[in-house]
Amino acid sequence: MSHVGSWKETEITKDLTIPKLFLQAAKKYWDKKVAMREKEFGIWIPITWKQYYENVKQIALGMVSLGLEREDKVAMIGDNRPEALWAEMAAMCVGGVGVWLFQDSLIDEVKYIIDHADAKLMVGEGQEEVDKCLMIKDKCPKLRKMLWDDPKGMRGYDDPILISIKEVMKIGKEIDQKEPGLFEDIIMKGKGEEVCLLFYTSGTTALPKGALLTHYNMLTMGRNLMRVDPYFETDDFVSYLPFAWIGEQMMSISCGIQAGFTVNFPEEPETAQENIREIGPHVMFAPPRVYEQMVRNVQVKYLDASWSKRRAYELAMKIGYHVADLQFSKKPVPWYWKALDFLASMGVHKKLKDHLGLSRIRDTYTGGAAMGPDHFRFFHALGVNLKQIYGQTEIAGISVLHRDDDIKFDTVGIPIPDTEVKTTPDGEIISKSPSVFIGYYKMPEETAKALRDGWLHSGDTGFIDTDGHLVVFDRTKDVMTLGDGTKFAPQYLETRLKFSPYIKDVWAIGDNRPYVTSVICIDYSVVGNWAEARNIAYTSYPELSQMPEIYELVKKEIIQMNKDLPPVAKIKKFVNLYKEFDADDEELTRTRKLRRAFVEERYKDIVTGLYSETQSVHMDTNITYEDGRVIHIKTDLRVMEVPQ
Amino acid sequence: MAVTKEVQLKVDNIHMAFGGVQALMGVSFEVRKGEIFSIIGPNGAGKTVLLNCINGLYHPQKGKVEFEGKEITKSRPYQRAKMGISRTFQKLELFKGATVLDNIRLGRHIHLKTGLISGAIYFGKTAREEIEHRDFIEREIIDLLEIEHIRDKMVGMLPYGLQKRIELARALALNPRIILLDEPLAGLNLEEVEDMARFILDINEEDRWQTTCVLVEHDMGVVMDISHRVMALNFGEKIADGTPPEVQNNPQVIKAYLGEAEDLYVTRR
Repeated sequence: MSHVGSWKETEITKDLTIPKLFLQAAKKYWDKKVAMREKEFGIWIPITWKQYYENVKQIALGMVSLGLEREDKVAMIGDNRPEALWAEMAAMCVGGVGVWLFQDSLIDEVKYIIDHADAKLMVGEGQEEVDKCLMIKDKCPKLRKMLWDDPKGMRGYDDPILISIKEVMKIGKEIDQKEPGLFEDIIMKGKGEEVCLLFYTSGTTALPKGALLTHYNMLTMGRNLMRVDPYFETDDFVSYLPFAWIGEQMMSISCGIQAGFTVNFPEEPETAQENIREIGPHVMFAPPRVYEQMVRNVQVKYLDASWSKRRAYELAMKIGYHVADLQFSKKPVPWYWKALDFLASMGVHKKLKDHLGLSRIRDTYTGGAAMGPDHFRFFHALGVNLKQIYGQTEIAGISVLHRDDDIKFDTVGIPIPDTEVKTTPDGEIISKSPSVFIGYYKMPEETAKALRDGWLHSGDTGFIDTDGHLVVFDRTKDVMTLGDGTKFAPQYLETRLKFSPYIKDVWAIGDNRPYVTSVICIDYSVVGNWAEARNIAYTSYPELSQMPEIYELVKKEIIQMNKDLPPVAKIKKFVNLYKEFDADDEELTRTRKLRRAFVEERYKDIVTGLYSETQSVHMDTNITYEDGRVIHIKTDLRVMEVPQ
Repeated sequence: MAVTKEVQLKVDNIHMAFGGVQALMGVSFEVRKGEIFSIIGPNGAGKTVLLNCINGLYHPQKGKVEFEGKEITKSRPYQRAKMGISRTFQKLELFKGATVLDNIRLGRHIHLKTGLISGAIYFGKTAREEIEHRDFIEREIIDLLEIEHIRDKMVGMLPYGLQKRIELARALALNPRIILLDEPLAGLNLEEVEDMARFILDINEEDRWQTTCVLVEHDMGVVMDISHRVMALNFGEKIADGTPPEVQNNPQVIKAYLGEAEDLYVTRR
């Protein structure tokens, strides 16, 4: 089932570590090949494997001189940039354990993780991260030093806990000159079963749990994935999603180091989309929200386009959808449809793909959350080979994947090689592979719950269909029991509704309730443009969301979606929320998954309102801004009924 | 930057009248190298007129302006720009139909040594010069002001807060020795004000820039927070100058400009 190509598989023994592979790759490519690129000052600046190696060596030896010992934890926070990857690789080289934090983590989350992980060193990007470190350093006594790399705004800082990465590298360089070969000796001491990453899962319910992953876990996962979809050293990959997300580690580290492809870093997070277009990556892995945003961008441009462009787009998409549907159902595509598809592709799809940065894409994946079938069909209609990935942090990221010619958009595919996946009698998905983690850090009870006889218990409900594809229903605790007793996944409703460009987030409610309702977060920019085009004046999100015209707009979208649903699952009432769901308010996890139990508690007034005769709900809550400020909000929300 | 004792800009007994209106009546002050010097005063006090006299848009009827020991009262604006006096405008003076990058490049134009013909041939020195200037703009300005994402956008399409930043960027492209900022915070929201205040501090304090700033501003919270010295004008006359606390507590300032004493220090936090 695996592809046969020029792809040469790495043999993974219990002795092999990520740094050892790094060393091999660096020696092999040296200054002949670009290991990574960063766009800086408006130009793509290449970094060869030689430079990569030298930098990692200096940082690693510098870290040792700062007191880093084997199995010590190094916490890292910041945007995707070469220094981040160097620091992570350096920590691994000297036997340290990398701990990644989300860049937008609030101070309490940072403190919790730094403290719980017993981090000895912290690596941050610049002033913002340094401020976070200085705020928590008294509460985290195990933290010894904080390394930073961006000098902007750092002129006034002289706290002794701080040290610039340049200085660390200088120290490292001196050590290397005194003891050449030391670095490689340290690398060679590493063992495959040693822990290399401590990965805090976002946790939709409780405190974050730290999953311990070994070199062996990470490397076997990468190998097994590439047995299905090989990557080549000539490939380009753009690293712009948080390193604290396992998917990014999986691509940049596990696969990157085995395949030797070039990792590209965008200039700033704001320029990522543009930079992706400039690079035109071959491989991409992103959570559904990235693809949802792409679809929304296209839809918005479509709404703004001229009449002739809109007609061309509609026609081309019609052809694309038809061909994609034939392929999904594994029916042959007749020659005339192929011809039409070619024309559609030349006229429209190719240009669209270029604008989305997908012009050279060979394999693109989505995972980490559910993606709606409409979004999925959209990309296949364009001719983008989008596939589902399913997995957990606890299995190093991935266990199940679509195959190129066997894609069903309601499934997540079949297990990758070396991996067994089955369901327990009560429907829980469990899996077993060499990539299954060794446990949670300092949480033996949680470990015992997740790991039983070598099987990883995911907490997701699903089943395996007749073709051997895994269907993931939802988190077990999230599955709804509808009015007539049928089980229903709220995610299905939510992802369907999110295909509307006007709707950014949805929360479907209906567990053990007489009917289904939902709370809608409109997309501020799209709905805002829509309103401006119709001369509807508004000043803010709360005001816009409560306008009668906007309610009508959302109602139309819901009626449209309701058409395809069984009567019991149709949405009967909805409320437009006065704000977007936000991870800073703890409504979403950092990977943007809805924390149902939390929102249910927080918005219980709205829920009560949706299941009573009332026309409006009074809200009285707080909003947390990114800098920690809390604002009090009082407002009335309208409850609208959807005609059935 | 450490404020030095060295006087960089000296304005001596300036008088400026428009017809029967006396906009400035014998204003004198000194700006020291490396400081943030703020000029406050109610509307119509003559603050902008004063800036215009310094950078040469207006020529005062009486009085002297000295820059780094040289008298510049009679110099043309472009000559003063060449000496390193740069400014931003309260009402933005940008080319709305040009890109951000082009607007910034324009501020750099005065430093271009090559001419039209060599530019057309674009070879050797000309090409090198352009690359140098490009490097300066990218490294020192775009990175500092965090405008990477709008480099190629049309200025007219940008929100006001960003246009204000481009105005500053263009003024910085001159690589000034002193920068005159005319109400850089007017019309900005809270977040944008914080950003802009930080940029002004960066320009003043970063090793690379160390630029003297003359700031005309109404936002008392920011003025009192970041200025080294403040001067208050009223109806074309100087009524006080000194450190922020001194000016804040000056009874004449309180009376003339700020109304009640408790309103004087309006923090933004």
